[in-house]
Amino acid sequence: MTELKLYQVGTFAAGNRLLDASERTEQSDAGRTNSITSGHRACRGCGEALAARVVLDAAMRASDGRMVTVNATGCLEVFSTPYPESAWRVPWLHSLFGNAAAVASGVAASLRAQGRGDVRVVAQAGDGGTVDIGIGCLSGMFERNDDVLFVCYDNQGYMNTGVQRSGATPPAASTATTRPVGSRVGNAFGTGKSLPVIAMAHQIPYVATATVADLHDLERKVATAMSMHGSRYLHVLVPCPLGWGTSSSDTIRVARLAAESGLFPVFEAVDGEIDGVRRIRRQVPVEEYLRLQARFAHLFGDPGHPDVVERLQRQADRSIAHFGLLEGEQR
Amino acid sequence: MLRQVEGSRAVAETVARCRPDVVAAYPISPQTHIVEALSDLVAEGRAGRCEFLMVESEFGAMSACIGASAAGGRAYTATASQGLLFMAEALPNASGLRLPVVMTVANRALGAPINIWNDHSDAMSQRDAGWIQLFASSNQEAVDLHVQAFVVAESLHVPVMVNMDGFVLTHAMEGIDVPDQDEVDALLPPFRPLHVLDPDHPVTIGAMVGPEAFTEVKYLEARRQLRSLDAIQEVADRFHRVTGRRSGGLTSSYRLEDADVVLIGLGSLLGTAADVVDELRDEGLAVGLLGVTCFRPWPLDEIRDSLADASRVVVLNRALSVGFGTVLGADVRLTLAGSQVVVHDVVAGLGGRPVTRDLVRRLLVEAVRGELSDHQLTFADLDVDLAERELLGELVGPMDVEPEGVGR
Repeated sequence: MTELKLYQVGTFAAGNRLLDASERTEQSDAGRTNSITSGHRACRGCGEALAARVVLDAAMRASDGRMVTVNATGCLEVFSTPYPESAWRVPWLHSLFGNAAAVASGVAASLRAQGRGDVRVVAQAGDGGTVDIGIGCLSGMFERNDDVLFVCYDNQGYMNTGVQRSGATPPAASTATTRPVGSRVGNAFGTGKSLPVIAMAHQIPYVATATVADLHDLERKVATAMSMHGSRYLHVLVPCPLGWGTSSSDTIRVARLAAESGLFPVFEAVDGEIDGVRRIRRQVPVEEYLRLQARFAHLFGDPGHPDVVERLQRQADRSIAHFGLLEGEQR
Repeated sequence: MLRQVEGSRAVAETVARCRPDVVAAYPISPQTHIVEALSDLVAEGRAGRCEFLMVESEFGAMSACIGASAAGGRAYTATASQGLLFMAEALPNASGLRLPVVMTVANRALGAPINIWNDHSDAMSQRDAGWIQLFASSNQEAVDLHVQAFVVAESLHVPVMVNMDGFVLTHAMEGIDVPDQDEVDALLPPFRPLHVLDPDHPVTIGAMVGPEAFTEVKYLEARRQLRSLDAIQEVADRFHRVTGRRSGGLTSSYRLEDADVVLIGLGSLLGTAADVVDELRDEGLAVGLLGVTCFRPWPLDEIRDSLADASRVVVLNRALSVGFGTVLGADVRLTLAGSQVVVHDVVAGLGGRPVTRDLVRRLLVEAVRGELSDHQLTFADLDVDLAERELLGELVGPMDVEPEGVGR
């Protein structure tokens, strides 16, 4: 028998019986909708599968089950629908990689035209389908303020095709197309591409970021988004054990460290203005976050790249200062 | 009732009477007048509860149509040329998902060099996308084909592309009888989707299919396409009964009886060719004309039978399969494989160069006299001086001999 250790995990866990029933998550409810059922083919510890379940069950609760989903090509689509199986218990449409936002716009317009405007539309895509190949359609959807909640599950790379770099891959990360070979130290330091900030620039009603480390926060943001109409954008950080080289038991931990190091700011914005940030109680050095992940292992070898780690630390510090993430500090 | 109206406007009015739920479009010449008119018709409430989505690209337009159709709505878009290619990724997706989207293509050349004028390179580049492709020979037929397209698409759950020549038809003002609402309603029942996104009956649309079943999906698609040949003719016959007008169907034949030389083509050049056939018949030449209305699925039996008694066939196509011949020519050659009919494959009218009566007359007369080149491909309207000047600039040494198989 393996010895089991039990921890009190406070407000982060899905089912906390110490909380008042009204504050418990949809996931802790035995009667939840189970939008994506077990038996799908996601990897063990997949952050995206967890996030999709939480997001869709919360959206189902918020819409009283009157909801349809549109899915971009990617891991989520592949692991959930190998013919003749489907893990979806919500109406679900997959068309292509780069068009989820436009397909969702078409669905919403069609429902309105048919007098079925009570049915809500949720679109889902990975970071590739959002920040790279899907950004044109997504920006169009934002600009028209089409009545769609678009959710990006960001695992920071093209994991479905074998872990290649995307526009959301962080600097210095090793991927199949940014291996630390020759003089290269993983992915180059670019200017970054914050889709949440790009979404805010469209002044859509609601933009939020979240991670799978805080399911209460994630569910609350879905509920907030679903209480509104027009274009809404939710960007969820979902660690990928395969692509990040993390233990499958560390998915939640590494997501929490991403937020607590300041590298992934958790915030929400209404009509293009920041409306709230998830404060960090204790800033974690980026090294603590990076060391858990094999994609950053080359930074810590002998001799390693302390200068690069330092540069990433400065990036985290800037993010913390910009969004006012530290408790007790104002933005 | 005949009314002086621009082809694009007439098509827009017809589409509005087909009661679409969603029109999604991105502007591109020469499609613009169609979507401009539809935008007005929707805003004026003359297209029912239709939603007009002004999207950010043609890729977005076809994608929105896919979503709209999957949600149970009737979806329409229009495009041309580069726009059609920009939505190319989504075309087999619509057909593979069995979504009966209807699209107008205001046919235009493909760049480079950039060229906004008419030819058929755009539609024919998407020949294998799984869409039914119909070609209008006149604005009246363009209008009529749109009604038929919705009927065919929704009865078979296959998307339909209606091709009309850019500028030549889209921008031409002429007397057109736009089917009235009663006629359209008599032909086109409310849309009943094959599968629909509905919270009360959740379905998964667009699942991943591997080697174990992909072939069977494609087999069923191929079978449906070929069987749609019957449906396309039936819908044309029903259209005739309701409106009294013969439009659409698979092919149109003109003075084919006893024709020794037959010109085969599609689009608006058929009107010009019919005039020439009349002239030459008056002069005692046994020539005839076969128009292809339904290009995909290819009405193989019908075309083989129509051409069986000819000794020579002149294929006149405004689309080039670079490195082979014309796109239409390849289909005609295959259709006549094993027969004694001589096929002359002729390209003309590229990038808006007019296909004139003189040109058609010259081709037919030369064919009758046995003087028309039977090279692999003939450029019928080449400006030889211009081509040779350009060729001289390209060559380092003395002028090459003409490559075998290409004539002019």
